[in-house]
Formats: sequence, structure tokens, C-alpha cells
Amino acid sequence: MSTFTLNDEEIEFKPGQTIIEAAKDNGTTIPHFCWHPKLSISGNCRVCLVELENIPKLVIACSTQATEGMVVYSESEKTLEARNAVMEFLLINHPLDCPICDEAGECKLQDYAYKHSIGESRYVEEKTHKDKRVQLGPRVMFDGDRCISCSLCIRFCDEIVGEPELTFIKRGNGVTISTFPGKQMENKYSLNTVDICPVGALTNTDFRFKTRVWDLSSNPSICTGCSRGCNIDVWVINNEIKRLTPSFNKEVNSYWMCDDGRLNTFKHVNAKDRVDGAHLRKDGQLIKVSWDEAFANASSELKNITNKEIAFIGSAFSTCEDNYLFTKFAKDVIGCKNIDFIRHTNPDFGDELLRQNDLTPNTMGAELTGVSPKQGGLNLDGIVQGIKSGKIKGLFIMEDDLLEAYPELEKSLPSLELLIVLSSNFNKTTAFADFVFPAATFAEKNGTFINFNGRVQRIKPAVETTDLDRSLDGMAMSRLDKFGTSFDRWAIGNKHDARASWKIISGLSVLFDKKLKYKMSENVFDDMSKSIDAFKGLDYDIIGKKGVLLKDKLNEVTQTV
Amino acid sequence: MAEKKRLKDLTFWDKIYIPAILNGLALTFKNLLGPKFTLKYPEEKFIPSGSYRGSPVLVVEKNGVERCVACGLCSRVCPALAIEVQAAETENEKERYPEKFEINMLRCIYCGFCEEVCPEEAILMSKEYELAFDNREDGIYGKDKLLKPVEELKDRIEFLRRYK
Ligand code: SF4
Ligand code: SF4
Ligand code: SF4
Ligand code: SF4
Repeated sequence: MSTFTLNDEEIEFKPGQTIIEAAKDNGTTIPHFCWHPKLSISGNCRVCLVELENIPKLVIACSTQATEGMVVYSESEKTLEARNAVMEFLLINHPLDCPICDEAGECKLQDYAYKHSIGESRYVEEKTHKDKRVQLGPRVMFDGDRCISCSLCIRFCDEIVGEPELTFIKRGNGVTISTFPGKQMENKYSLNTVDICPVGALTNTDFRFKTRVWDLSSNPSICTGCSRGCNIDVWVINNEIKRLTPSFNKEVNSYWMCDDGRLNTFKHVNAKDRVDGAHLRKDGQLIKVSWDEAFANASSELKNITNKEIAFIGSAFSTCEDNYLFTKFAKDVIGCKNIDFIRHTNPDFGDELLRQNDLTPNTMGAELTGVSPKQGGLNLDGIVQGIKSGKIKGLFIMEDDLLEAYPELEKSLPSLELLIVLSSNFNKTTAFADFVFPAATFAEKNGTFINFNGRVQRIKPAVETTDLDRSLDGMAMSRLDKFGTSFDRWAIGNKHDARASWKIISGLSVLFDKKLKYKMSENVFDDMSKSIDAFKGLDYDIIGKKGVLLKDKLNEVTQTV
Repeated sequence: MAEKKRLKDLTFWDKIYIPAILNGLALTFKNLLGPKFTLKYPEEKFIPSGSYRGSPVLVVEKNGVERCVACGLCSRVCPALAIEVQAAETENEKERYPEKFEINMLRCIYCGFCEEVCPEEAILMSKEYELAFDNREDGIYGKDKLLKPVEELKDRIEFLRRYK
């Protein structure tokens, strides 16, 4: 391994690495705006200037290759002086917008102005003014005044998405960003530019002005928009999700996520149509009852139907833990062979970068945990036929909308003797249900998903239900979460009475001979890892923050981002 | 039991109290005839000077537009977590305005930090000190109670310009 000296410390580098890359790998961040590990080098911001021994001028660390024995100073007097000068230069035309700028609190320019700048402006002339509130595309808004012309957004569209949509126009201090004539910035990944923009020049129209970022808590999770399973952070204020952002995972989504996943996978969590508490049908109306009453009634009605006349529909939206207990309940407790789940695919959704045609996060998990018919049992088509013909009299559905997927069942669903649905929101199917149990969403439970290439990844709760406690269940807490009381309007956000599906099933099973008793989702997983080969040797600690590949998938995987 | 030694044993004149009473009465009669400061509150109201920190209020410009841009800095700096701001977008040049602005007067400690941090001179400490409630909800002031025309706040603005 070759080495060079950075700030009097010998560090290793791989041949071809630049100074900034080698420093990063060794835990030193050299300040930068226009450099991004996944994008080409532009070298325009000049903040990464460092001093090299025996070279009279400073060089930019982002484009200078490390060489054997080179001596680099990233904190020397000369470097600091240059950095301060560059900062002063960048701030000449940057407006003092921080109070009304969404980026404030997570802005590189703001952070560097504190860290690397003397904090006084000598500029007395009028700042340049450019267009504000330019809608670059349906999801991204641009503020010309704030742009520091780092070109990250341009390079992202060109190099990562492969759809050149943005460019610089004009020159000198008039330079600004624009879409190509007649074009909009509407690629499927456009919102990543908001994440990488080092300032608040690009804002997410869905999140714009919604809240200040320092009031949010964030918890790691997995996007449920497709089977890629992009790693994300879930940002919450007053128990309400405000945004999702991608978090880096080299093996899954790199630094990115798609706009669909970012915008369309969390709105149902705080929607008005959430199922709140257990419901059962009395005199044609779904009414809220206690959990015990719902369990007692549901179990006695389940016992009234023979196991040949009932069918179970699991879900690729549910976690492995949910599906595992669902299968156990169907096959072992009820002794039913008719069990399957609905596949949701869209051949136009997938692409080369991240998006997959499978629109659920956990198809492989549902398969591996055994959500498929037992020998002689009915598969999904058989179940649907059975419902139509009246052969199936009872139906137990977990976290899916059967009627949405099979609209032709509208006439036959009402004639079912028993329809039990576990669902987070009321939907077309719940309209006919005899029992609706409120299922926690992905943001309200612990569990695991397995993505399309066999990587097991953890989801963690970010939103409280009546079944969860933000501090006791280890969820991140914002300042407002910590100090709010039940008398503060900003701290009494809605908590739904919902439980993870596995927990609902576990609660129901207690009323049968074979009981599925588990304390936490982790216990369900441990049981799974004992009884299912694919999960052998795994536990939550081993899965860790970045997930692990199932052993028999290790060789198959070729695709990395 | 051994007799305790007092710090100061009273003299005869101290013990009969009469000189002390006369002294007190003399002071009372002196003040009875002097200038009066007592106000017959609540019929008469105390009007404080510009330096007084009463309940925080929001400034409305002469043209009827509120100054606040809903930046949330006051909410962030408030040591008592009394302020809740919800921003929204406007067509105005400043882009943002508070869709909701609530100060919980039961939380507020009248420190004036919000006034100090505000980049728009939009929140000011008023002369209002009559803050008694018989339930918690009444203590939460919304925009309807907080917005005050700038003319009413002249004293405070003058004070701030001079001394801050
Ligand atoms: S909009 Fe942001 S990312 Fe794009 S050039 Fe300007 S500062 Fe850089
Ligand atoms: S690619 Fe799939 S998992 Fe990733 S953000 Fe988009 S929808 Fe979500
Ligand atoms: S005066 Fe102090 S305590 Fe009261 S709202 Fe302002 S910052 Fe908060
Ligand atoms: S600091 Fe001033 S401008 Fe900002 S939210 Fe508070 S009152 Fe409004």
C-alpha cells in the first residue's frame, strides 16, 4: 500500500485516489462544496485548496492525485487563509437568507461560514440579484440568489440519471442555473439534487417551509416503494412524518432514492383514513371495540369455519416477522392450506439505476417465510375463484387491498361469512370486512424486509402508536419530543391505536389451542432463524445498520450501484 | 438550664415599644402628606415605560402586513418552549408568513430572547401584564391576540433602537 503524509500523519491510499478521497477514507474531511464521491470532478468551488510541500501554489484536493511520499497540509496557516478567502468570495453575493431558508441547520455554506470564515464581511456594494422561486420541474424549486454555482445538480442529472436537464447560463457573477429550453427538470430522481445542493438553492416543493429541520427527529428505515429497499431516514415532528431522505448504503442505493419512493410512501401514515383501534361489524356498521372484544369475537367466528373453507392472504408490504407469524397462524393454528399473497408489479416502474418493477418491499421475505399454498391448497388465483364460486367462506387478509387488485370481487366479497382484515388504512376491502384490526405502518414497527437481491434489512419505528413509546422503544427524540408535555399543542401529535401485524396475530392466537406468544419482533426473528434455513445464523445485531445478504444469495448478486 | 446570652439585650426603652411605635407613626404621617404613588388598580392602570417586558406580541406594519417571516428562530431560542410557529408560503417578496403563531403565556418567562433573536423586529415585548387565566387553553395566544399595529409599539421600538 502506498502512503503519503497528511497533517504530519502517514496515511494509506489506493493508486489513482485523489487527496480528498484518501483523506476521507482515513477519516479526515477536507472542506468541499462541488466535490461528491459519486460525481465527476469539477474543481470549481476552490474550498478544498490544500498546501503541498515543495509546491509554491496551493492545489485543490479534489482533483490532485495522491502520490507516494507527498506531504499535504489541510490545516496549515496558508490553507486556512486561502479557505477563508474562498469563503469570503462565495459569500459576497450570497444573500443573508438563513432565517427563511429551508437548508438552514443542514447547510454546508452555513456550517463552513462558522468553521472556516472570520465572520465579517468587507463587501459594502450591493449584492447581485437573480431569479428566486423558479420552478425547475414539478418537484424542485430553484432560488438563483442562493446558488453558489457548484454544478453538483447539473452533474447529477448528466451522470447519475443520464438525463441532461440542467445547465449554467450567463457568465461572471450573473451565472445561474436553468433547464434546457423547452425542458423541465422532471427525471425520476430529481429530488436528490435538493439533498446534494450544498446550499438552499434547490428546495423540495413537498417539504418547502413545512418545518425547521432542527425541530425534526430522524430514524433509519427502508423505503417501501419497491423491492430495491433504499435506505432512508424518516423525519418526524409532533409524531408526523414530514420527509424521507436517502441514507448511504453502498450495496443498495448509494446516496440516492427515487422521487416516487420519497414522496409517495409515507403520506398514508398520517392520513385521515387510518384505522384507529380494533373494529367489528355490528348491524352493518363497523364500530370501534376493545381489542379483547374483537379478538374474542374473531376467534370464535374463525372456529366456526372449517379450515377448507377459509383462505389467508399475506402481504409483501408486511415484514418477514409479520408474514412468518401469519403463515404459522394459517398453517399450524388453523390448519389451512389456502395461503398466498398478492404480487404488485409494474413493468414500467423499474429502471437501470434503482427502481424495480416489483412495487413491494418484501416479496422475497413473504416467499421465504412460507406465504404460499400447502400441498393441495389454493394459490391466489384459486382463492379468488373460490371466493367467486362461494367455495371459500372465510378470508383473512393482512396488509393488502384485495378489492383494489381484483375489482371483480366486489359482488362476491359481501357474501363471505367472515372477512378479517389487518390494515393500516380503511380501503376498498375493509368496507366489506367483519373485523378490521389496525395494523401499524412500516414507520411504526420493528422488523425486516428482504430486497430483490436477497439483502435482509431492518426497519425501525419513527412514529409512535399507543403501543410504542418514543423513549422506551429507542426512537430518536427531538428537543420538542423531550420537553413537550401533554398540555403542549406541539407535542400531542396523534398516536394511532395500531399494532404490528405479527402482534395482532399473536394476540389472536392466544385464544386458540396453539399459541404464538412473542414479546418483541426480535423474538419472532430469532424463532425464524431457527426454523427457516435461509435465515440461519442471523439476528438483528448481525443484520445491523446496513443489512446483510442471505447466505444462498451471496453468489447470485452481481448488481451494485 | 444555663441562661442564653442574647446577641443584644433589649434596654428599658426598647422593652416598652412606645418610642418605636411613635417613630413608625411619624413616618406614616410624613408620607400621608407627601406625594402619592399608589394606583387604585384596577380602576387606574399602571402604564410602564418602553423598557418594560410584558407579554410578547407580533408587529403588523402600517399596510396591514405582518412582519414575521415564520423563521422559527424565536421558537428555537425560547428557553421555555413557549412559541410554536407554522410557516406557509406567500406571494409576497419575503416568501413566508406564519400560518400559525402561538405563544403559551403560561410557559413564557418574559425574558425577551425572542425579541432579541428576531431578524425582522417582528416580535416585541409589549406593556401588557394582565395575564391571568382560569384554564390552560386560554393561556395560549394565537395570531388573533398577538398581532398589534406598529404604532402601538412605538415606545418599545424607540427603546430598542436606543439601548440595544
Ligand atoms: S443549485 Fe445548488 S447544486 Fe446546483 S449549482 Fe447551485 S449550489 Fe450547486
Ligand atoms: S427505488 Fe424503490 S426503494 Fe428506492 S426510493 Fe425508489 S421506490 Fe423506494
Ligand atoms: S419572552 Fe422569553 S420565554 Fe417568553 S416567549 Fe419570548 S423567549 Fe420565550
Ligand atoms: S424570530 Fe421573528 S420573524 Fe422569526 S418566527 Fe419569530 S417573530 Fe417571526
